Amino acid sequence: MKQVFAKPASLKDVQTHFCPGCHHGSFHRLVAEAMDRFGIAEQTIGCASVGCSVFLYAYFNIDVVESPHGRAPAVATGVKRARPDRIVFTYQGDGDLAAIGTSEIIHAANRGEKITVIFVNNTTYGMTGGQMAPTTMPGQITSTSPEGRNVDNDGKPFKMAELLSNLDGVAFSARVAVNNPKNVMQAKKAIKTAFRYQVENKGFAFIEALAACPTNWGMNPMAANERVGNEMIPYFPLGIFKNKENL
Amino acid sequence: MSRYEKKFVKGNEAVAMAAIEAGVECYFGYPITPQSDIPEYLSRELPKRGGTFIQAESEIGAINMVLGASAAGMRAMTSSSGPGISLKQEGISYMSGSELPCVIVDVMRQGPGLGGIDASQADYHQATKGGGHGGYRIIVLAPNSVQEMYDLTMLAFDLSDQYRIPAMVLADSVLGQMKESIVPNQRPVAELPIKDWAVRGTGGAVQNVVKSLYLGDGEMEKFHWKMHARYQELADRDSRWEEYQTADAELIVTAFGCTSRIARTAVDMARSEGFKVGLMRPVTLFPFPKKAYRELSAKCKRWLTIELSTGQMVDDVRLSVFRDADVDFYGRPPGAGSLPTPEELFARIKNNFKDLMI
Amino acid sequence: MRYDLFISGYGGQGVLLAGNLLSYGAIHEGKNVSFFPSYGVEKRGGAAMCTIVFSDGDTGSPVVGLPSVAIILNQLSWEKYASRVKQGGICLVNSSLVNMEDLVLDERELLAIPMNQISIDLGDVRMLNMVACGAYCEATGALAPESLKEALKNALPERNHRLIPANSKAIDAGVAAVSQLRKT
Ligand SMILES: Cc1ncc(C[n+]2csc(CCOP(=O)(O)OP(=O)(O)O)c2C)c(N)n1
Ligand code: SF4
Ligand SMILES: [Mg+2]
Repeated sequence: MKQVFAKPASLKDVQTHFCPGCHHGSFHRLVAEAMDRFGIAEQTIGCASVGCSVFLYAYFNIDVVESPHGRAPAVATGVKRARPDRIVFTYQGDGDLAAIGTSEIIHAANRGEKITVIFVNNTTYGMTGGQMAPTTMPGQITSTSPEGRNVDNDGKPFKMAELLSNLDGVAFSARVAVNNPKNVMQAKKAIKTAFRYQVENKGFAFIEALAACPTNWGMNPMAANERVGNEMIPYFPLGIFKNKENL
Repeated sequence: MSRYEKKFVKGNEAVAMAAIEAGVECYFGYPITPQSDIPEYLSRELPKRGGTFIQAESEIGAINMVLGASAAGMRAMTSSSGPGISLKQEGISYMSGSELPCVIVDVMRQGPGLGGIDASQADYHQATKGGGHGGYRIIVLAPNSVQEMYDLTMLAFDLSDQYRIPAMVLADSVLGQMKESIVPNQRPVAELPIKDWAVRGTGGAVQNVVKSLYLGDGEMEKFHWKMHARYQELADRDSRWEEYQTADAELIVTAFGCTSRIARTAVDMARSEGFKVGLMRPVTLFPFPKKAYRELSAKCKRWLTIELSTGQMVDDVRLSVFRDADVDFYGRPPGAGSLPTPEELFARIKNNFKDLMI
Repeated sequence: MRYDLFISGYGGQGVLLAGNLLSYGAIHEGKNVSFFPSYGVEKRGGAAMCTIVFSDGDTGSPVVGLPSVAIILNQLSWEKYASRVKQGGICLVNSSLVNMEDLVLDERELLAIPMNQISIDLGDVRMLNMVACGAYCEATGALAPESLKEALKNALPERNHRLIPANSKAIDAGVAAVSQLRKT
């Protein structure tokens, strides 16, 4: 019988701590598949961020540095400059990358650091219990926006994939989702491209991954998955916003 | 229900309630466990009262928003824990250099680095010795109950306005998360100086500038001596502490925050078995109540300091007591499963009486 | 008098609600209360535990090493906390889920109450925490069951106030279970 659902070799065979229906697990898998595809696990260094994905080292068979909240792109810069022949990536949440870490991500991107960034946008601070994030949708109720995000007070949600694509240093920028099989296939392809850019030394590659956080959205996994399609994608369109190869 | 009726609340909620009672006008914060209840509460309640609540992009953003609001003459505050408090240090240094009042709540968690969310007292040095650059101190108040989380938050606002020194409420995750019934006291009426130094943008004869850059010959030195004198005045007038069963004590246990609560029950256990033990608890960590320690150590020569660290406050205790007093130390560095129990502290107290028992 | 207890189980068994209810019950009787929930990294699911101290005077330490009473709702809690109960203390165990064979507790009263079964018989297994609270009142005499019923108004969010009569019944069932056990 053909095995359809083998675990990628870059992933450890352990149960994750993610809640049922959380998309972090799916993106871990896609990242691992990309590493397997290029056979780079043994030369990859991960820069974990602070958020629900802080336990990167527990799930990937790779070396990992834990970065301070928001600083992973700076830490990755240090690692990549010290070991330019290695594959270096960050894996960051939306609070981490688009709030406290905006300065680091913009400057790493602008310098055109040859790293890959996986940015998981679940419109909330997952790990700390569902506070408002810079990507929280207008009107979305969170524990620090009890009346819903008020764009007059808090501004509108950041569109990081578009924003970064405007910087000359960025070689690849795309937004993906895993809410249905078609989107999973496209996400898989984009994440592979983002790693290939680094393997081929082509420059800074950015993936914004739209993700469900059923726990802090107060939804069951099915409803949360649907919200990605119904509410998030219309505001955060999927697609490739920059691809140096096509320029 | 009356506003001042007894309420059963978390320590963090008590802080937020007190801030509102104290008339806080602006709160700027960033989520971090174990203090997120504070911004969550204020995001609900402050806008209803015409106040400003902003979730900043980072703790650095938050403390500098506090700087701005305070410079403009408002009652402003922020709250955080470990990693976030570290990030605020630059702003706290600038505010100290600019003589700006504000309230910072630190609900301590484990460190260094990311650490974890269990209770800690290992940020004592950072809080009391001036955590940023340049040589300054801030007012540090250490509650040990939910009621004090409330009362000392209010006091922090008044002291800070009075002395134009930032004030910190130094709590920990036990105090932040535990629930007790409190009486939400009315704000005491304090004579507070008018903020005639604040930037108002109204032009006129007097230009107000809030700054910490002093380039003139001798200017910075003068500033340091001025602040030094102010810290001394603060120590003379506003040092606070609590003594329990110290009158006839042959051993005085000293601890602050949640540890002092655990120690108090250990002291009761010791007393019920005939050991003459007392408890000395500093309520202000800066100013450290040196004089009170010194006076107590004239009578009692045996001391035991207890902290959730490998020893920080113990340095101040040793500097304060008479030289012939013997200051012993018992520490449980922060981490999961490292909160001491009263039974454990009682055993440690008994240990200090060993030679007396032979 | 100073009373202290542990309540321990897994997330979803209503450990914190039980703790809140006993706290509010004690407040209704004019006591001072400290309620300290243990706060794990796993806020969701996983283990749930809290310590409650109440007293006419100062509550003293919110942290307790050897409690005089433990309410134990699952096997893991049994293994972790049963032997910590003080000599002369009481262990209230949810015998629906706990196998008590492996541990001998001497000089402590062991009250085995099938809390899941009792609450299922009353129509909803989620009320097992109420059964436990009723059992606590009867076993210790520290609080009157009536105080707990009063306190339901405070401990339950407004939207669940319609459940007060059912929860009151579950408290009574806990009381009855202990008095039955002690008779035999
Ligand atoms: C300096 C600092 N501030 C705050 C925190 C607390 N903190 C931990 S994770 C987190 C945000 C997590 O949200 P996100 O980055 O969106 O990741 P998610 O959990 O949603 O995947 C925060 C604010 C911290 N660890 N360090
Ligand atoms: S809290 Fe949200 S982001 Fe974190 S593991 Fe659970 S579902 Fe995923
Ligand atoms: Mg997030």
